[in-house]
Amino acid sequence: MNDLQSLARRLMTLDDRIVACMKCGFCQQVCPMFGATMMEADVARGKLALVSNLAHEMIRDPRAVADKLGRCLLCGSCEAACPSGVKIMEVFLAARELVYEYIGLSPVKKVIFRGLLTRPALFNLAMRMGAPAQTLIFKKSRDAQNTVCAPMLNFMLGDRHIRKMAARPLHARYGHVDEPRAAGGLKVAFYPGCMGDKMYVDMAEACLKALRHHKVAVYMPRGLACCGIPALSSGDARGMVAQMKISLELLEQGSFDYLVTPCGSCTATIREYWPMYADRLGAGMKRLADDLAAKTMDINQFLVDVLRVEAAVPSEDAVTITYHDPCHLKKALGVSAQPRAVISANPAYTLKEMREADRCCGCGGSFNLFHYDYSRKIGQRKRDNVAASGAKVVATGCPACMMQLEDVLSHNHDDIVVKHPVEIYAETLK
Amino acid sequence: MASQALIKEFEQLLGKENVFSSEADCQSYSYDSAVLNPVVPAFVVRPTTTEQLGQCVSKLYENGIPMTVRGAGTNLSGGTIPDRSDTVVILTNGLNRILEINESDLYAVVECGVVTADFANAVAAKNLLYPPDPGSQSVSTIGGNIAENAGGLRGLKYGVTKDYLMGIEFFDATGALVKSGSRTVKCVTGYNLGGMMIQSEGTLGVISTAVLKLVPPPKASKAIMAVFDDIQKAAEAVAGIIAAHIVPCTLEFLDNNTIVRVDDFTRAGLPRDAAAILLIEVDGHPAQVEDEAVVVEKVLKENSAVTVHVARDAAEKNKLWEARRMALPVLARCKPTTVLEDATVPRSRIPAMMKAINEIAAKYRLEVGTFGHAGDGNLHPTFLCDRRDKEEFQRVEEAVDEMFDVALKLQGTLSGEHGIGTAKAKWMEKETSRGTILFSQRLRRALDPRGLLNPTKLVGI
Repeated sequence: MNDLQSLARRLMTLDDRIVACMKCGFCQQVCPMFGATMMEADVARGKLALVSNLAHEMIRDPRAVADKLGRCLLCGSCEAACPSGVKIMEVFLAARELVYEYIGLSPVKKVIFRGLLTRPALFNLAMRMGAPAQTLIFKKSRDAQNTVCAPMLNFMLGDRHIRKMAARPLHARYGHVDEPRAAGGLKVAFYPGCMGDKMYVDMAEACLKALRHHKVAVYMPRGLACCGIPALSSGDARGMVAQMKISLELLEQGSFDYLVTPCGSCTATIREYWPMYADRLGAGMKRLADDLAAKTMDINQFLVDVLRVEAAVPSEDAVTITYHDPCHLKKALGVSAQPRAVISANPAYTLKEMREADRCCGCGGSFNLFHYDYSRKIGQRKRDNVAASGAKVVATGCPACMMQLEDVLSHNHDDIVVKHPVEIYAETLK
Repeated sequence: MASQALIKEFEQLLGKENVFSSEADCQSYSYDSAVLNPVVPAFVVRPTTTEQLGQCVSKLYENGIPMTVRGAGTNLSGGTIPDRSDTVVILTNGLNRILEINESDLYAVVECGVVTADFANAVAAKNLLYPPDPGSQSVSTIGGNIAENAGGLRGLKYGVTKDYLMGIEFFDATGALVKSGSRTVKCVTGYNLGGMMIQSEGTLGVISTAVLKLVPPPKASKAIMAVFDDIQKAAEAVAGIIAAHIVPCTLEFLDNNTIVRVDDFTRAGLPRDAAAILLIEVDGHPAQVEDEAVVVEKVLKENSAVTVHVARDAAEKNKLWEARRMALPVLARCKPTTVLEDATVPRSRIPAMMKAINEIAAKYRLEVGTFGHAGDGNLHPTFLCDRRDKEEFQRVEEAVDEMFDVALKLQGTLSGEHGIGTAKAKWMEKETSRGTILFSQRLRRALDPRGLLNPTKLVGI
């Protein structure tokens, strides 16, 4: 049996899930990528058909299918809207893994996912070594979002307007944290996520402030790795499993009631994909991942559903704020009311909904790295909706969305600040 | 195979980004929503102006290449599946401009690739209504709606797409521009070619733009749900409502299997032993709506409805509609393949049709769930199967054949709103006559002498 036949045979394991697609095409309405290109191969129906054709050996070019599979933000909008309930994300992730195994992962991705992200200490070191050099490379974009751009590195970074890496990341400021539980009180493991640790440190600190205010003890071990979603999205399940193993082993040593994260993507990954992929680490790790998933919660949901944070009446001079629903929070986890309640808990703001609040912002994590042009195009629609709302602040429950919003708002010279809902809430706390 | 030179010519005309010729791209235009075999086209072109659309048609005509026009590809009878491997697909989603919404003269002008729901929303923003609401409206295009004469839930009172087409511009097979109708309510200038293009399934010309009629929206509406222990009683209730001179905007029906399946999925507490649920909505002036709701409730009770529930507010109305909205999604989740039919009978024959559908399903050992538009006799018997099971799928095809036979015996029709395409072409003569087929073919050949427009659809040219 040749390699292509073997790839086809392995893809056939997805056949039962793919045939559930009745080809109604309703995914066209919600798919951000289709919205930007209007091409059938960019929408779930088209991709599922291509994976099926590859499995049935009707298409001979796995690279073409890999290329189409990569043109997807994995936002899950299609799956959330699919009338026949096709498990589209599972199929896409599995197909990416199989197809990339066949054609090989790019050397850059190999270095990042297997070399760097599986070695948190090395990753941290690389970022910290790089941080001081930023002043030489980046110049301020002179915008409300406080981003920088790197004209000298345009060939590599494109015209991105992003936040600088923090000079002192969260783990350097706090080290290993394992607070004692207050009598009868709660204790949570706080998982800041890579961006909470390295880029949006203020945001992560606002979360810790809120937890302290509610007398919730925190466990935050040193050396937590990436949740694994960038690797998994790129078809590198091996890298993802290695990263997950590091965090699982550290989290196993703590005793806590909930695991909370300020990142919609991390939360969704820990809840949905850790149990699914922990199989590969044996029964013990699988049980651990299952237990952990069951007590993992987005921080907004934790504040509202567990700590009972409530909306307040906005003051008369309240600042208008709008909220963008991160796909992984709303479509994967069903969390959309809680972040709004967290924002509304601060009477200095009044919440005004934008149009299409739950339409994908176009970041898609590593999608942004490889398809920046489409990412910007999709982001522009989000920016237009944010601007039309008239809000001075836009909040969102995922650092990846924050980065994307800052980039598109900065490029449009909008005087609109991007915040995490918990940052808004923490402003009310001493 | 398509010549590289021709692909180059199209790239020069439309820009490289609007000509798709890679294997992967072509494969993604080989299917639509019908349960039929895919056919991969030679390549795909996407004009972005109506002028380019005409140029595409004339270039393909000159080269003798068959063409299939595609909007969103939601066709349920195979109308947008390419006929042959040398077919070129003309994609219309680059022609999606709403050119005018005229509030004083109550019409709109749109390009063929405008998405139905986007158009309806734009119209609603001006406090007007475009009533046709096919199930695929969130993605379907106006051009496709015209080519298939799309219906929807509001058909009973408001009619279907053909009732809203005031004027049309299309390209004939040679690429010449043809205009018919106008922005006026009355227009008898020349043949009514819009009427000819309606439900022509891409066989007579390529639709470019349309003038569509708009109406003022109703100021109020009310939803009523009734449960019956006998389909016959439900059908008599439907007849009774019409006999009382009330035309509800929607009059929907769910059969027992659909009710059970929806309840399994939603746990909404639906009446699992009910033979049928009717969902009725009346709309219009608030006072009229109140009056009509009272009459409908009375008629339902007189016809032995087990329970009648009138929604008190929008939230309750939404809840009543939930069961109907979930019908197709729930049935679609039961088995991998969903064969959604639309045989239609005069509304008084619904009980006979329902009896036949269930007997046929039992005879062929198949599961079927039926829901649909009881007000216009347009049922959607949905066969749940797995197409990969060849023996089972053979039984599905035989069951569907037998079902068409019954529909015709009951003086009904093969298709209320999904079209003939290739899926039902073999049945055309049985419903109509040999003469009808010959006439249609002569019409096609006269207008398309090279036989290039969607050649195998409807009646093969």
